[in-house]
Amino acid sequence: MMEELLDILEELHDDVDFETCTTLIDDKILDSFDIVTIVAEVNNEFDVIIPAAELTPENFNSAKALYALIERLEDE
Amino acid sequence: MQTNVLDYLEHTVKRVPDKVAYANESDELTFRQVHDYARAIGTAVAHQGLMREPVVVYMQKHPKAIAAFFGVVYSGNFYVPIDEEMPKYRVELIFETLQPKYIIVDEVTIKHIETLDYQGEVRLFDDLIDTKIDENILAERYDSQLDIDPLYIVFTSGSTGIPKGVVACHRSVIDYIENLSQVLQVSEDTIFGNQAPLYFDACLKELYPTIKYGATAYLIPKQHFMFPIKLIEFLNEKKINTICWVASALSLVSGFRTFDTVIPQYLKTVAFGSEVFPIKQYKEWKRVLPDARFINLYGPTEATGMSCYYEVNKEFTLDEVIPIGKPFHNTGILLLKEDNTEAKGDEIGEICIRGTAVTLGYYHNPEKTAEAFVQNPLNTAYPETIYRTGDLAKYDDEGNLIFVSRKDHQIKHMGHRIELGEIELNINMIEGVTHACCIYDQASEKIVNYYVGDVAPRNIKKALKEKLPRYMIPNVVRQLEEMPMTPNGKIDRKALAASYKENRRK
Repeated sequence: MMEELLDILEELHDDVDFETCTTLIDDKILDSFDIVTIVAEVNNEFDVIIPAAELTPENFNSAKALYALIERLEDE
Repeated sequence: MQTNVLDYLEHTVKRVPDKVAYANESDELTFRQVHDYARAIGTAVAHQGLMREPVVVYMQKHPKAIAAFFGVVYSGNFYVPIDEEMPKYRVELIFETLQPKYIIVDEVTIKHIETLDYQGEVRLFDDLIDTKIDENILAERYDSQLDIDPLYIVFTSGSTGIPKGVVACHRSVIDYIENLSQVLQVSEDTIFGNQAPLYFDACLKELYPTIKYGATAYLIPKQHFMFPIKLIEFLNEKKINTICWVASALSLVSGFRTFDTVIPQYLKTVAFGSEVFPIKQYKEWKRVLPDARFINLYGPTEATGMSCYYEVNKEFTLDEVIPIGKPFHNTGILLLKEDNTEAKGDEIGEICIRGTAVTLGYYHNPEKTAEAFVQNPLNTAYPETIYRTGDLAKYDDEGNLIFVSRKDHQIKHMGHRIELGEIELNINMIEGVTHACCIYDQASEKIVNYYVGDVAPRNIKKALKEKLPRYMIPNVVRQLEEMPMTPNGKIDRKALAASYKENRRK
């Protein structure tokens, strides 16, 4: 499941180590196009809708944070 | 008659000197500061002995960069804004065309310049503004400028791999700003929320009406366009009432159901352009802002900015497109068919623009200029230059222009104008690649690259990131055994597009 998320991210930037990077937003690795794509792909793969209120720099700064968000939304 | 854009600033600074002209999240410049900084910079550049030369403004997006633009104009030269995030390779390409003798930098971008092989003058904005203003030299420079002299150059993607520098003069910008301001109904009470980068002509919409009317323009931090709630909160905090954004920025906000959480409280004018604004997203905006005016803008960089507008004043069904409407006052549109006669009825033709807003052409590029800036074929009596946009359109029943498609492989991606040919050319230059083709999948808004060659896909993206701006990097890279070909021996783009669509659905 984390693998699926990493696949989504690596499709966007295959030169980034998403398992360790914790500054995806701070270092401007992700841009607005990436965010749109991630939200759409997460919706497809995990059947989870990320609401606007959860679109925060903190939730997108690392794959781990993003995965935690997905898990939290899956539980709701 | 006004012949210089600086007249706007000169009049406004007398009227509202202490009002904020340009601001971002944390910093602001009043009209007096803009005026003082610009004249100090103008004095410094003029004393360098430059006249009617390109002066590069290589700065981060900040109110100071705008003051630097006007500074260059006071010096009798023209400004060339450069994207601070642009890869070194592309900056060097642009400098080859420009041969700039003077560059204005900030404390961050000065480090980028140091990595280039550049011999000319490099000066920090913060140092330049300490120059003692020399009213005599500024008056001299003002008097010797004509309204046909260049005001700026902005660079746009070129299919041959070399970016094209569009040169616009004072008169074109004055014509554009006067007519655009009428349509947007700009006044001293206008508070703009700028989205467009300062290195594109799209930012003229906020920069110049602000000095004409004594309005205020906020430069919205780029990051806010990733987090729509923050974006709308910023609009509300700054009481922004007018926005001119690329449609994809508006769609981002409505698509994420941001309005369930926060609604813009002050917005009265919402202009959008550069690409198609889906009706579904438009309806969402209209629902939360029933009293706002919604205006679709259309126009190429080569005609100074926007050439046509359409104020949405009726209901649209989801399968319709919002028209690009009718030309601004003092701009003319010819819809020319292949045989150079005018399209009639619902015939499709190429949008060709005539008027003062047509720019001077491409800097140091007579060949490309001659291809697009041509004699009006309907006029054989005297010289009259029109600009051929390459955009195909037709008229609807009410005489509004409707965009149909492109004649060539130019695309609009997230509001950016991109020649797929320029990306392909750069992929073909990568060692090991034998064939490359890029298509644009409109449905998913992705640039898709197919290539043949002994290179891993990740190395394609890596190599491109050193050459092209980020928005031109393909979103999807696919390696093929062989390239599908048409019977004529050309790469079969339609087959690639169809195969991408097919695989996406799986």
